[in-house]
Amino acid sequence: MSTYDIAALLILLLPILSFAGLSFLGKRITPCTAGIVGTTVLFVAAGLALFTAYGYFFQFGEVAGAYAHHTSLEINWLQFNENLSINLSIILDPISVMMLVVITVISAMVHLYSFKYMHGEERFATYYAYLALFTFSMLGLVVSGNLFQMYIFWELVGVSSFLLIGFYFTKPSAIAAAKKAFIVTRFADLGFLLGILMLSYGAETLDFFVLIERLTQPDSVYLASFTATSFMGLSALSWGLLLVFTGGAGKSAMFPLHIWLPDAMEGPTPVSALIHAATMVVAGVYLVARLFPVFAISAPDALAIVGYIGVFTALFAAVIACTQTDIKRVLAYSTISQIAFMMFALGVAGWGEEKAEGFTASMFHLFTHAFFKALLFLGAGAVIHAVHSNEMKDMGGLRKSMPITHITFLIACLAIAGVPLLSGFFSKEAILNAAYHGNPMIFYVALLTSGLTAFYMFRLYFRIFWYKADEHGHHNHEKGMWAMNLPLIILAIGAAFTGYIPFGDFVSADGKPFELPFHLTFSIAPVLAGVIGIGIAWMMYSKQNSNPDKVSASFGRFYNWAYHKFYIDEIYLFVTKKVLFNLVGRPAAWFDKNVVDGMINGYASITSTTSEAIKGMQSGRLQTYTLFFLGGVLVVAILLIVNFI
Amino acid sequence: MNVLSILILIPLITALVLLMVRKELHMKLIALFGSIAQLGYSVWLTNYYINFRKAGDTAEMLFQTSLGWFKPLNIYFSTGVDGISLTMILLTAMVVVAGILVSWKIQHQVKEFFFLIVLLSLGAYGFFISTDLFMMFFFLELAVIPKYLLIGIWGSGKKEYSAMKLALMLMAGSALVFLGIAALYFASGIYGGQYTWNIHELTQINFPMSVQVPIYLLIFTGFGVFTAMFPFHTWAPDGHSSAPTAASMFLAGISMKLGGYGALRVATYLLPNAAQEWSWIFIILASIAIIYGAFATMMQKDLKYMNAYSSVSHCGFVILGIAMLTKTAFMGAVMQMVSHGIMTALFFAAIGMIYDRAHTRQANELGGMLKQMPFIGTAFIIAGLTSLGLPGFSGFVSEMTVFVGSWERTGIFYRVATILACASIVVTAVYILRSVGFAIWGTITNKEYETLKDATWNEKAAAVLLIAGIVFIGVLPFWVVNLISNDTITIFNKFISVAVAN
Repeated sequence: MSTYDIAALLILLLPILSFAGLSFLGKRITPCTAGIVGTTVLFVAAGLALFTAYGYFFQFGEVAGAYAHHTSLEINWLQFNENLSINLSIILDPISVMMLVVITVISAMVHLYSFKYMHGEERFATYYAYLALFTFSMLGLVVSGNLFQMYIFWELVGVSSFLLIGFYFTKPSAIAAAKKAFIVTRFADLGFLLGILMLSYGAETLDFFVLIERLTQPDSVYLASFTATSFMGLSALSWGLLLVFTGGAGKSAMFPLHIWLPDAMEGPTPVSALIHAATMVVAGVYLVARLFPVFAISAPDALAIVGYIGVFTALFAAVIACTQTDIKRVLAYSTISQIAFMMFALGVAGWGEEKAEGFTASMFHLFTHAFFKALLFLGAGAVIHAVHSNEMKDMGGLRKSMPITHITFLIACLAIAGVPLLSGFFSKEAILNAAYHGNPMIFYVALLTSGLTAFYMFRLYFRIFWYKADEHGHHNHEKGMWAMNLPLIILAIGAAFTGYIPFGDFVSADGKPFELPFHLTFSIAPVLAGVIGIGIAWMMYSKQNSNPDKVSASFGRFYNWAYHKFYIDEIYLFVTKKVLFNLVGRPAAWFDKNVVDGMINGYASITSTTSEAIKGMQSGRLQTYTLFFLGGVLVVAILLIVNFI
Repeated sequence: MNVLSILILIPLITALVLLMVRKELHMKLIALFGSIAQLGYSVWLTNYYINFRKAGDTAEMLFQTSLGWFKPLNIYFSTGVDGISLTMILLTAMVVVAGILVSWKIQHQVKEFFFLIVLLSLGAYGFFISTDLFMMFFFLELAVIPKYLLIGIWGSGKKEYSAMKLALMLMAGSALVFLGIAALYFASGIYGGQYTWNIHELTQINFPMSVQVPIYLLIFTGFGVFTAMFPFHTWAPDGHSSAPTAASMFLAGISMKLGGYGALRVATYLLPNAAQEWSWIFIILASIAIIYGAFATMMQKDLKYMNAYSSVSHCGFVILGIAMLTKTAFMGAVMQMVSHGIMTALFFAAIGMIYDRAHTRQANELGGMLKQMPFIGTAFIIAGLTSLGLPGFSGFVSEMTVFVGSWERTGIFYRVATILACASIVVTAVYILRSVGFAIWGTITNKEYETLKDATWNEKAAAVLLIAGIVFIGVLPFWVVNLISNDTITIFNKFISVAVAN
């Protein structure tokens, strides 16, 4: 093992050891120690991740002009049969190394931030243990070299998310949200599992890279058997990939499986920043990216479906985000919309030089989004910490009392709105450019969505920091909050400057470096859309006025629908409560109690009735017995006589 | 002295010594030490077995002996173990130790209680080491009668009804089994030239299809009753809910596995032709049990009923794996037996601890248990997460192995059954999270619960032992796979040779 392999292994081991230590010793150590241990571990892991990234991209990753995958570790963990086995492995390739950096850096920031934010919490050590468990699971997910390994860590991130959403487990809304998140994603994971079974059975392997090779070579027998059968116009391979994508859509909150993410905001805000903004929710995008060659070469129809679902979700969530009043929910819908950007960027991409842009753009946006969205959440957390409310109406004019939060939040808003020179501008341009060349229809919807993005982000910004005078006086809310301010500043630097990384040099679908095309003239339309969005937000929300009400009234019923999230939740409730519980569960329980068990009890009562009926014969009275005896003799005699005559 | 006979001797001596002492504490200690000695011995035996295997012993079973028991009917006390029986023995030893630990506070008739528990375990050990069908049946019966008493005397609720129901249904199951094995015995004389009850001799005989089919259906169905196979599962919910905690643990943890083991080792292994032609019946029943059991679980309010119905659903995986007839599925079925055995024991232990304190098992009357009793609450959550198949715990690896194995059977019928089985993981998540949400999370609703104390030393020890088992299998599944895979392949190879012969 080289130094880099050991570093990669340590990145995974450190968080899980931190989890084990904090959960077993959590009660014996002070919260302060727990926090310091947890945070230090993550900072070390982040350092190692940067070290590994340096090693991969500049030392050993490039083989013959292309970044190849490198296996740091492989353990045969569970052998199903000759072909299929779960090998736990650590794979380093451009996207996994990028994810290692994103996860550890954001997680370290969140650990540090939580030190202050969660101060005084009774289960402080448990909180840090859960955070470490999540970080471990997420890291394990991205370094998977095996479909089933990814599923394993996929489930583990699911459960750590469940535990963290339900961290305030005495709150009914938190319990409901945790359950909802887990069950909705579990439902999606069923698709993932069936997809794995289908793909692995057909390709006779669970290894990602072997699988990709077997399903992309034109003369492959595996591919031939997959494309031979089709159902409803899609080949068996496309169905398998779409099933896998269902799992990704669940984790990445794509329509119609997005309903859990807004509710997941019940968890502590730093958790939302880490899990429900920067890392776990992009797992679906990562999954599609992992299998991208198969999608692009052998099942472009499935990839197109991914694109359409993505762009619809982007618009859909952006519309809802414009109407919400809980600031965390606005950010949640914004997250859904931004992830959808990454998703349709993959959807419009293809294999080969001229179509490769979408893949890189998607990963680029994933990278930059992690910084500015985590920053937005942490900023929102600081605001909530200061005003003790999630609702916009309780905020306003906070720019004076929270200068650091204000400036960093503004940077993040500018970045997400795609204002030139900030990180979001570069990655979003790349996505829109890819869409323009891949599928113009998707491009126009995406352009509209960019405008909406700018609008709802600045609605949020103005509403929090301007709008009206600060009701909370002018004392500084940020004093003595270095643990919360430092992560904001670091992330703001990331949000401002990560766009200058020449991403195409490092991350591409086939590993070969290429230049992300950049056209100044093309940028005019998206930037204009962003500026219009910001301008409208400024007119409506920079000062207290009645414009917002008028505007929402003019949209009438449509506004109402959007405000109620298009009633998707209600539809789900109807299906689960009314259909599954009342029409399936209850009858099943009734059937079991009355029919199945009734049959068993029926046998018992038949038996006892019969014995009740015939017990009279065993009376012990000699006369009766004699009577039976004589009767018997008579019957036998008659039979004999009849027979012999 | 054969190494396997000691497995029967330890519980036997424990039971006898138990009868001789007077003090309650001594009885408890004897039962505990006896069971711990058994656990230690099982671990040693497993290691001993692995060393033999490593040394290159490829016999189908090791440590074989045969003593004449009733020679006129060719009944021999013949023993032998392979990896599958050893995992079952380890499971039994673990659950018995945990069961004795959680029964520490039993109030009346202490001697009889522990005597019966030890006797039950004796039956289970004997069953798993027997290679003579008659002895197997003997031990199977030995593991039924004490349950009637355990539920009838120390139970709660409508215990007389439940005890009677359980005993009668299991008796009916064993009656079917007996019919089957007796028919097999007589058939062996006709088609093999030599009357025998011995598994190894029976497997050499080629029975004609017309003989195999009725025997297969009888034996499989009979063992199916033990595994709570739909529609013969209704003893389980009533039986479990009335049984004292240790008996519930034993019932679901071990007793249901007797059925699975028998269905695999006797019905499927000895009658491969019939299995190939007729296992579809049991695939249907298993699929129904899995999905319908899960939906029925969703509607239960009583935690014990919930776990009992969920056991019906989970043991459906065992039947499904056995009936799918692929080697991966066989392996999955065995793993699922072990996994479910430990998990359900932990579940019943945690439910029992809650019930002892709060005096209710209704999920909606509880709440806030995690805040009040962090240890018990955590144990409950871990059992729940194992049940819903969280990676890192044993449920995941065993369920996934069943799924992968089932998917190996091609054809639309098998695919639909597998998809239904997979779909149950969603329903499982629903009922587990509902029960956690109602009973364990939330705030304390009842003032009386505010004085409840967390687990005592014995309860903690029991839970830790079971959790260790769950995590061990979940994190190091290759250990179990190495132990059993050769034996499941042996069973599977029967099917290949049969297919070749045909």
